[in-house]
Amino acid sequence: MAFNIYDFTSFNQSIDKALYEWLPPFWAMIVEMTIIGLVFLLAYAVVGLLLVYAERKVCAFMQNRVGPNRVGPYGIFQTIADFIKLLMKELVYIKDSDKLLFNIAPFIVIIASFMAIAAIPFAKGLHAIDFDIGIMYVVAVSSLGVVGILLAGWSSNNKYSLIGAMRSGAQIISYELSVGLSLLTIVVLAGTMQFSQVVELQSSGWFIFKGHIPAVIAFIVFLIASTAETNRGPFDLAEAESELTAGFHTEYSGIKFAFFFLAEYMNMFIVASIAATVFLGGWMPFHISGLEGFNHVMDFIPPLIWYIGKTAFIIWLMMLFKWTFPRLRIDQLLNLEWKYLLPINLVNILIMAFIVLMGWHF
Amino acid sequence: MNSIYTYFADIFHGLKSLLIGMSVTGRYFFSPGQIVTQQYPENRKTLKMFDRFKGDLIMPHDANNQHRCTGCGICETNCPNGSIEVISDRIELPDGKKKRIIDKHIYHLGMCTFCSLCVKTCPSDALAWDQTFEHAVFDRSKLTKILNKPGSSIIKDIE
Repeated sequence: MAFNIYDFTSFNQSIDKALYEWLPPFWAMIVEMTIIGLVFLLAYAVVGLLLVYAERKVCAFMQNRVGPNRVGPYGIFQTIADFIKLLMKELVYIKDSDKLLFNIAPFIVIIASFMAIAAIPFAKGLHAIDFDIGIMYVVAVSSLGVVGILLAGWSSNNKYSLIGAMRSGAQIISYELSVGLSLLTIVVLAGTMQFSQVVELQSSGWFIFKGHIPAVIAFIVFLIASTAETNRGPFDLAEAESELTAGFHTEYSGIKFAFFFLAEYMNMFIVASIAATVFLGGWMPFHISGLEGFNHVMDFIPPLIWYIGKTAFIIWLMMLFKWTFPRLRIDQLLNLEWKYLLPINLVNILIMAFIVLMGWHF
Repeated sequence: MNSIYTYFADIFHGLKSLLIGMSVTGRYFFSPGQIVTQQYPENRKTLKMFDRFKGDLIMPHDANNQHRCTGCGICETNCPNGSIEVISDRIELPDGKKKRIIDKHIYHLGMCTFCSLCVKTCPSDALAWDQTFEHAVFDRSKLTKILNKPGSSIIKDIE
């Protein structure tokens, strides 16, 4: 079994071959899907715990505090302790709530983010599904989460939850447009929607550098819109603690609340991954065409490290947004989208199409 | 034309102010030396509260076990929560005059809001604040303190 840290293709193919030789094709497929599902579940738990810890630490440093520092060295076991506490909490039954929808809602939210993560390339060959319409698939699937949020608000039999869910719905549906259009700007530049191709095309330079100013504008718009889409601050008015007592997940407790919590952080991770993949080259090392020696040095760093580094940078940026800016009002939120981001985006995509048409990009 | 100018000016002003805010928090993030929170149980030995900190009400006594309290009861009447009780006594001086002294100056720490009215209004400056802050006890009765030390007396020249 050939294990290569720079290219996982042969490693995956050897597992695939061994399974198909050992089992009938149907069972081999089932086993493969189970393995991938388990790997993603494990990654979910680890990344979720890490992100919650990172958020608390980053927030603390930005506010000149120390952050969690009691459980374990530098407080690294704090989130595990919190998670155990959440697991042991009672699942409170809500009077007159729609029981079926109430129980289904957290799963819809988490399944939506679970489906989106499948299409993300982590390294060369480390890719669950490589759709040829990968970008469109991710945009489509990540907006499914709003269904779970709306159901959660509706079934809770609580006016604050309903208001929170409505706000969240309006927000996600509006900002979905900007996310889609800013990604489309890069699709125009790349000429493909397949994630592996998008990454491969950036071997001569990342799209944010290749696409001139329109790519930079698209990147900024994507950052703003995706922060809004993940319901994070300063766009977190759907779960505004001070106004709506946590919005759509007011009535949830214990593990169901943990699902919403985890889904929020995983959505942030997914959005950061997409931003890193589409604009910053994903796992592709930093290359400058012409400088062969420099490119070789950069190639020496494993792609997984590049991917994690870029994603961590985007996540840090989103945390910086959350802990710097005050929360927007609902009218300001919709103004920002419909009066500013959307027109800028449409003009931007036109400029990008013109640049590609004239062949002005690198 | 003017509205178009305002539209773009809004965008750039907005971006500029957002960047200013991000630079402030970013600077804090990259300078961990500025951390202002105290690591309390670890620095317990070295932690010194500032002079104006209102920790615990005390009645300062000098080396001869003498205090300045005349037992006038102004602190008791001024206390909004009734956390001070002054029990005074009368003694007969050698020249036949009667004089009021305190028997017990009782302070209920559990009821105190640390408003400092007693310290401010005391005409003879008999009360002061201590800088201790670890007030937790296992029994509520321990929160009731008698401020004048046993066997203490008033400093001579205070009326």
